[in-house]
Amino acid sequence: MPMLDHIWILPLLPLAGAALNGLLGRRWPREMVNFCGVGSVTLAFAAALEVAREFFLLAPGQIPLVKSFWPWIAAGQFHVDFSFFIDQLTLVMLLVVTGVGLLIHIYSTGYMAHEGGYYRFFSYMNLFMFFMLTLVTAGSLAQLLVGWEGVGLCSYLLISFFFTKKSAADAGKKAFITTRIGDLGFMIGILLIFWTFHSLNFTEIFAGVASFPVETPGHLGVMTWICLLLFAGAVGKSAQLPLYVWLPDAMEGPTPVSALIHAATMVTAGVYMVARMNFLYVHAPVALLTVDVIGAVTAFYAATIALVQTDIKKVLAYSTISQLGYMFLGCGVGAFSAGIFHLMTHAFFKGLLFMAAGSVIHAMGGEQDMRNMGGLARKIPWTYGTMLAATLAITGMPFFSGFFSKDAILEAAASGPNPNRVLWALGLGGALLTSFYMFRLLFLTFHGERRYDDHSVHVHESPASMVIPLVILAILSVGGGWFALPKLEGGANYFFRFLSPVFHASDELAASGRGVEPMAVGTTLAAGIAHALWQPAVGVALLGFLIAWWFYIARSNAPRRLAESLHGAYTLLLNKYYVDKIYGSLVIRPLLWISTNVLWHGVDESVIDGAVNGSAKTVQSTGKQLVEMESGNVRSYATWVVIGATAFTSLLLWRLGR
Amino acid sequence: MNGVPISYYLALSGILFGLGVVAFVFKRNIITILMSIELMLNAVNLAFVAFSRALGQFDGLIFVLFVIVVAAAEAVVGLAIVLQVARNRRSLNIEDVDQMKS
Repeated sequence: MPMLDHIWILPLLPLAGAALNGLLGRRWPREMVNFCGVGSVTLAFAAALEVAREFFLLAPGQIPLVKSFWPWIAAGQFHVDFSFFIDQLTLVMLLVVTGVGLLIHIYSTGYMAHEGGYYRFFSYMNLFMFFMLTLVTAGSLAQLLVGWEGVGLCSYLLISFFFTKKSAADAGKKAFITTRIGDLGFMIGILLIFWTFHSLNFTEIFAGVASFPVETPGHLGVMTWICLLLFAGAVGKSAQLPLYVWLPDAMEGPTPVSALIHAATMVTAGVYMVARMNFLYVHAPVALLTVDVIGAVTAFYAATIALVQTDIKKVLAYSTISQLGYMFLGCGVGAFSAGIFHLMTHAFFKGLLFMAAGSVIHAMGGEQDMRNMGGLARKIPWTYGTMLAATLAITGMPFFSGFFSKDAILEAAASGPNPNRVLWALGLGGALLTSFYMFRLLFLTFHGERRYDDHSVHVHESPASMVIPLVILAILSVGGGWFALPKLEGGANYFFRFLSPVFHASDELAASGRGVEPMAVGTTLAAGIAHALWQPAVGVALLGFLIAWWFYIARSNAPRRLAESLHGAYTLLLNKYYVDKIYGSLVIRPLLWISTNVLWHGVDESVIDGAVNGSAKTVQSTGKQLVEMESGNVRSYATWVVIGATAFTSLLLWRLGR
Repeated sequence: MNGVPISYYLALSGILFGLGVVAFVFKRNIITILMSIELMLNAVNLAFVAFSRALGQFDGLIFVLFVIVVAAAEAVVGLAIVLQVARNRRSLNIEDVDQMKS
């Protein structure tokens, strides 16, 4: 097991790439930067594949495999090693992160070719890969936190990559600070875990949790608090209500960053964390209910905002928030594997959507407003084809990847271990909206009349370095669902079976608690229910397509008339429910006021500056008075000498006399 | 050996030293100030000699010899400085020599 025994090499590969490019890349030609930046991720992907190969050779008893290397922190009873925790969930995340990451790195070599700071971009991207791999392979919460904060740092660095642009710099700060609010809860949750279990290692936490009872709504205890606090971190990191506001602004970053960090990997860290801590969550049904309510509401809410956005990347940003909501909905209703499955397919199709959108922007010479596009399908056929595949996948058209994963979640919401009809309806409504806004994006961008100036914009297909990753991801988006073959009657349900050891205890506990059978694997009853429930999901996807077609192809002036007749609702959506303004006046303005008047003028200027300047002034005035002694007059010196000698002698005599 | 008790010598020494100090502080002429320094040194010498005699030890006498040597050297250097001051400033007033203040 050469790779599993030295798994620590895996995250260090991109770190080496980041260090080389960051320290030396400034003077290197572009090819050398590419070699280091893409090469290190290629090696990481190869290593991840080797990990997968060796993983399948392990005996079932050896999983989860925990590898401890060297001690990191040892203080009293607090002991943390650099350790790695490898189970099925880790493996899925490893392959998704390195695989999608590699494709996006390749894509970036084409997309960023004409931008300044090329080496810096790749250095940050590799650093991100390092932290993300640290996050998913971590064997303890302390190490997970390192990755967690590290990806946040890289997100900040990459959002404000064009740091001379004020909006980009502001968006970076907003992302960093907003996620930090959630991270406060996350860190308190981690401390609470240490306080409860006296360890931060996953193995010890999971072993210890068994002795805790399931906390029913009447008897809330430490488990519920831990889970809610951890979820606060996930809400910030995965851009859920009410901390989602940073993600749309994060679109200021270069498009490959949006694809890698703000669609495929980093924002799903919250989902991963919740799934990783599933042992804890099943002990806290109230926390789980919070997770799925927030997930379902976010899924629907963000989708409504996406309906009226005109910036192609903003639509995708709200779509990402919405899809992350689905993942939390899946986790919250107890179908963790469905949530992770959607995480994986989402990484494929949303990464692809962002990259295709980037290809469109590239073709249009930087234009992002869909109102200035139209009719691009024939000009950039490869981009169109891949975007179409991704759109079909995300809307859940039958047999595309999103069909399997989203339906698995909706089905779990309806009949899983923790069913909730209201949330199921919300999710279904979100699916309808998703289908509408995605086809709206597709029609506005690629179909209809040309709405740009043909003379000033020379539409051109992107280079091969961008198109090839698009095609690979398109294949995955189309076929990714077949990894699972979920509950199609008689389906093998590979993905769920593969992940079932990770979520086994949760499934069993959920079942024993409620008398519902665990994530039924292909039983006829479940298949029957599932069959009944697919119809609405597929139906709403088709309905959304038809509405979008009617609005944007058949009756192209219909959207304007609808906007006029529903003016209030339209304005509300266009202004994103005024959430940014509400946060501005409720949180940011008071904070700024306190910072300015109390902390700045009060504490800083009066107390701290007062103390520093005051002591300086005292010394200065004392010095000014003492300088008078230095008159240059020998007789006055002599007088001081006499006074001093007299004083000293008297003191001496007085002391001796006693 | 009997005769004048030591306290008389010490009182005289103290009076001489005090006169030297007062002259040093209040006189303006540099040469007078140098003279007052000599007066103080010799007041100390007197005390040394008196102690040496009273205690029957030679340490005091040897100290006095050293003090005389130092006083001679000091007079040489001091008078040379005074000469230069007088040449440059056409004055022997100590208050004209205050250029070394801050």
